[in-house]
Amino acid sequence: MSRSLGTGDARRTKAWLVCMVLAGISFVVIVLGLNTGTIRIPPLRVLDTLFGGGSGRDHTVLFEYRLPRIVVTILAGAGLGAAGAVMQGLSRNALADPGVLGLHAGAALGLVMFVSFFRDLEGSAAVLIPLFTFAGGVVAAVLIVLLSYNRNRGIVPVRLILSGIGVASGLSAITLYWSLRLDEDTYAFTARWLAGSVWGRDWIHAAALLPWIVIVLPYVLSQTRSLNNLSLGDETAAGIGTSVKRQRLLLLGAAVALSSASVSMAGGIGFIGLIAPHLARRLVGPMYQHLLPVACFVGIVILVTADTIGRSVFQPNAIPAGVVVAVVGAPYFLFLLSRTK
Amino acid sequence: MQFKGRADNHAARTEGTAPEAAFVARPLLRAGRIRQALLFIGAAVLLALAMFAAISLGAKDLTLGTVWAAVFHYDRSLMAHQIIHELRLPRVLGAAVIGAALAVAGSLIQGITRNPLGDTGVLGINAGAMFVVAVSFAFFPNLPYGTLIVLSFLGALMSTLLVFGLGASAPGGLTPMRLTVSGAVTAALLGSMTSGIAIYFDLSQDLAFWYAGGVAGIKWSQLEILAPILLIVIAWSMGLARSISLISMGDEVALNLGLNLKRIRLLGLLTVVVLAGLSVSAAGAIGFVGLVIPHIARKLIGVDYRQIVPLSALLGAVLLVLADLGARMANPPEELAIGIMVSFIGVPFFLFLARKERRDL
Repeated sequence: MSRSLGTGDARRTKAWLVCMVLAGISFVVIVLGLNTGTIRIPPLRVLDTLFGGGSGRDHTVLFEYRLPRIVVTILAGAGLGAAGAVMQGLSRNALADPGVLGLHAGAALGLVMFVSFFRDLEGSAAVLIPLFTFAGGVVAAVLIVLLSYNRNRGIVPVRLILSGIGVASGLSAITLYWSLRLDEDTYAFTARWLAGSVWGRDWIHAAALLPWIVIVLPYVLSQTRSLNNLSLGDETAAGIGTSVKRQRLLLLGAAVALSSASVSMAGGIGFIGLIAPHLARRLVGPMYQHLLPVACFVGIVILVTADTIGRSVFQPNAIPAGVVVAVVGAPYFLFLLSRTK
Repeated sequence: MQFKGRADNHAARTEGTAPEAAFVARPLLRAGRIRQALLFIGAAVLLALAMFAAISLGAKDLTLGTVWAAVFHYDRSLMAHQIIHELRLPRVLGAAVIGAALAVAGSLIQGITRNPLGDTGVLGINAGAMFVVAVSFAFFPNLPYGTLIVLSFLGALMSTLLVFGLGASAPGGLTPMRLTVSGAVTAALLGSMTSGIAIYFDLSQDLAFWYAGGVAGIKWSQLEILAPILLIVIAWSMGLARSISLISMGDEVALNLGLNLKRIRLLGLLTVVVLAGLSVSAAGAIGFVGLVIPHIARKLIGVDYRQIVPLSALLGAVLLVLADLGARMANPPEELAIGIMVSFIGVPFFLFLARKERRDL
């Protein structure tokens, strides 16, 4: 405790150290993820293949099948971790999470609308499904913001969560209505998606997700000062010279973009946006310039691990990563809930 | 309207102790009794009309005379009588009993926790029952109906204990906000494990149909088990209603009157679990009946749970019978899921109540 009260430099050093360690863990987890599957490739051969060696078969398995999926998982993990951290700062509510706030329900509705009306999972799906799920998430976000807005107080945190729960129930009912009319194969895909199965497994999916992360993530990382100020409370933030309403809207937009884009490629994975920032806060404290990158790394570690476990432990039918995350994340959430005032 | 209800209640409480108040209150009380009687008669008539409409309308419209004859002078050789007796009657009766059970469960939760957002669906009770049903679908596919009912009750019990245990153990106690959020998260956890099991064992769409809820498939054999238990438990909740009224006025009032708060809360919760668990096992996860109906009943009849509980039972039955009729009639020959039908009414209502919620986390 006394160390964390030290100078900014000490903290920065610690944050760097944590980041390095997490990067190392991420690397190990990623290599393990690449190594597991129906065809096992020893870790060293994985590395060898990555740097140009290896047999032709290893090359195909790795570059055509596993690598694109892992890249999607990494990007989505980072995106969801960052989005959760931003939302918790904005709402000054430690329980805010894109899933709890109903964004996933919106994305799911988008997906079901797409497969109901176009019924096409090949080709154009790679581009259009993310578009629809993204739009769904944004619509849900707008609805929730409108419902939790108060003319005098701005966005009311309690209402943000309660409206999120309500909107999620409503959108899920519509999703259910449409999904019951789907044919069996499409339904199976939808059910997997809803449970949070990483479905983007081609390079085009990775390419579709990449711009969102590489554009929005640096923007969010550049706004850590505003996030620090906002988490002090509206009045203090305004006193320091932050334009509260504008910054909050911009950052909320960024968080919605990050989580909707990630969810559109990785499926309805909840609870990462909640756990990752929490663990990050425990590791490096509440300053956003430290917390945000650490939250990204924690998100990567969690999602890649969950996907690998879901794929390898439960053979022959893989369990969606979202289920693995929820089984760990929800109890943690409930634990936190029972601790907060 | 609301004021009058409160005044009646106040009068009823003070009648024995203060003669002057009783003197003033008596005419009011009498007017209140008449009003209450009218409300109950009205709700009962509404239920009868809704049930008759639900029995007579459908793919084959049947006249009231035929319905009457089929119910009271059943003739096996007539096709119309068979449709009514074998298909529509169990369905409508099932909807009525389950609607009543869910509404009573909701009113008990709201009374015990003083939580305006209390509902079996929102609090994760349905998800617990559903999870256990998914597990038994996957591992023991040939369980008899009676066993499935017991299991789903145990599932509901498990998730209820979890939600309430977590809420109550926290510093600051069981706030509406905390109860709602921990219910939603428990529901998310159990729902996600349910879908994991469904995907792993290839049960997805079977379970989805079951989850979406419906009284379409209810048979006489199921009704024979379900209806007596639910009716007995509903009757038992009416006995509990007096203590719940006192709890709903605040812990201090209840304690001053010598009420064993813990015991009543526990009994109330167990009652809720039985009602919700059995309903879910029969008709899938139907949310929001328990949220909407008690609020309407309270608006109509005042704050005394001795009246709220029975009125909720009647109105809940009306709502679910009509929702089922609507689900059948909306887009024939396809049927909408009844749970979706109810959500369309329930969600806006929840959002409206959430907007009025002022307390912070």
